[in-house]
Amino acid sequence: MAVTTSAQTGAPPGKPAFPPFQVETFASQLVWLAIAFVGLYLLMSRVALPRIASIFEERRDRIADDLAEAQRFKDESEGALANYEKALADARGRAQAIANETRERMGAEAEERRRALEQRLNGKLAEAERTIAATKAAAMANVHGIAVEAAAAIVERLLGTTPAAGSVESAVEDALKR
Amino acid sequence: MADPIHQFEIKKLFTIGNIGGHEIAFTNSALFMVISVGLISALVIGSTSGRGLVPGRLQSVAELSYEFVANTIRSTAGTEGMKFFPLVFSLFMFILVANVIGLVPYTFTVTSHIIVTVSLALLVFVTVLVYGFWKNGLKFLKLFVPSGIPIYILPLIVFIEVLSFLSRPVSHSIRLFANMLAGHITLKVFASFVTMLAGFGIAGWIGAALPLALVVALTALELLVAFLQAYVFTILTCIYLNDAIHPGH
Repeated sequence: MAVTTSAQTGAPPGKPAFPPFQVETFASQLVWLAIAFVGLYLLMSRVALPRIASIFEERRDRIADDLAEAQRFKDESEGALANYEKALADARGRAQAIANETRERMGAEAEERRRALEQRLNGKLAEAERTIAATKAAAMANVHGIAVEAAAAIVERLLGTTPAAGSVESAVEDALKR
Repeated sequence: MADPIHQFEIKKLFTIGNIGGHEIAFTNSALFMVISVGLISALVIGSTSGRGLVPGRLQSVAELSYEFVANTIRSTAGTEGMKFFPLVFSLFMFILVANVIGLVPYTFTVTSHIIVTVSLALLVFVTVLVYGFWKNGLKFLKLFVPSGIPIYILPLIVFIEVLSFLSRPVSHSIRLFANMLAGHITLKVFASFVTMLAGFGIAGWIGAALPLALVVALTALELLVAFLQAYVFTILTCIYLNDAIHPGH
C-alpha cells in the first residue's frame, strides 16, 4: 500500500522519515507555496477585494439613493395632503361666509316686510279709531236728542204739561255731564 | 492495517529543475496549493463577476468571507489594520480552503506539512517586524518594555517579552500543523479499524459500526477544526499585526 517517493531520504530503506520532516521535499514546497501564495495575494488584492468593496459601495449608494427618492415621494405626498386640507378649509370658510350673508339678508328682508306690515296695520288702526270716534260722536249727538225727547215725553206724561224745550235740554245736559 | 502516515507523503509529479542543488518538482502538495488558489479565485472572483446588486448564493459566500475577515481585523487591529486586509484575507482563505480540501478522501492536506505552516507564520512574523520598525522606528521596541513595571524586575520582564515574541512563529505554525496532522491521523486510524473489522465476517461487520460512527463524528469535528484553525491563525495574525501598528502595552 505504502508506495512512497522516499527513496532519496537519508532514512534506511523500508523505514522512511516522517513525511513532514523529509527535508529534501522542502525546496519544492517552498517554491510552490511562494508561487501559489503570491499568486493568490495578487489576485485577491488586485481583483477580488476591490471588486467586492465596489459591490458593497454600489449597494450602499443604491440604498441611499432609494431612501432619498422615497423621502422625496413622501415629502411630495405630504405637500399634496397639506394643499388638499388647505383647499378644504378655504371651501368650508367660504361656505360659512355665504351662509352668514344669506342669513343676514333674509333677516333684514323679513324685518323690513314686518315693519311695512306694521305700518299698514297702524294706519288701518288709526283710521278705524277715527271712524269709531266719529261714529261715537254721532251716536252721542243722537243720544242727546233722544234723551231730550225722552225726558220731555216722561215729564209730559208725569206732569201732564209740556216743559219748556230749553229747560229740558239744560237738565239733560247736566245729567250727561255727571 | 493501512499506514496512517501514507496520506502525508509528498509525491513528485514531474521535475521542474534545480535551484542550488535542490530539486524543484511539481508535487501533489503543489498541485493542491494550485487547486486551493483556483477554488478561492473561482469563489471570490468568479462569483462576483456579475457584480449583482442582490447577491446570489456564491456571491453571498464571497461577501460573507470578506465581511468576516474585515470585521476580524477591525475588532483586533483597528481600522489601521485594514491596510493588511489582502494579506490576512489571503492567509485565511488559503488555510481554510487547504484545510477543508484535505478532508476529502484521497486528497492531500497542504497545511499538514510544517514547512508550509512555518513559512506562513514567518511571513506574518517578518511582516510584523518590518512594518513595526518602518512605522514606529525604535519605538517599536516599547513592545518589549511594558509601562509601569518597577525597574528592578524590568530586565526579567523584557527577557520574557522578547522570548514570547520570538516564540510566536513557532506556536503560530505548530498549532495549525499539529492540528491538521493529528486530526488526519486519527481519522485514518479509525477508518482503518472499519476495514479491518469488516474483514472478520458478520461479527466484524457489527463491530465495525462503532468505529464507522466515530469516523462520521470525527469528520464533523475535523470540519470544525479546519475552520477553527484557519480562524485562529487569522486572528493571531491580526493580534500580531496590531502590535506592529500600536506598539506598547
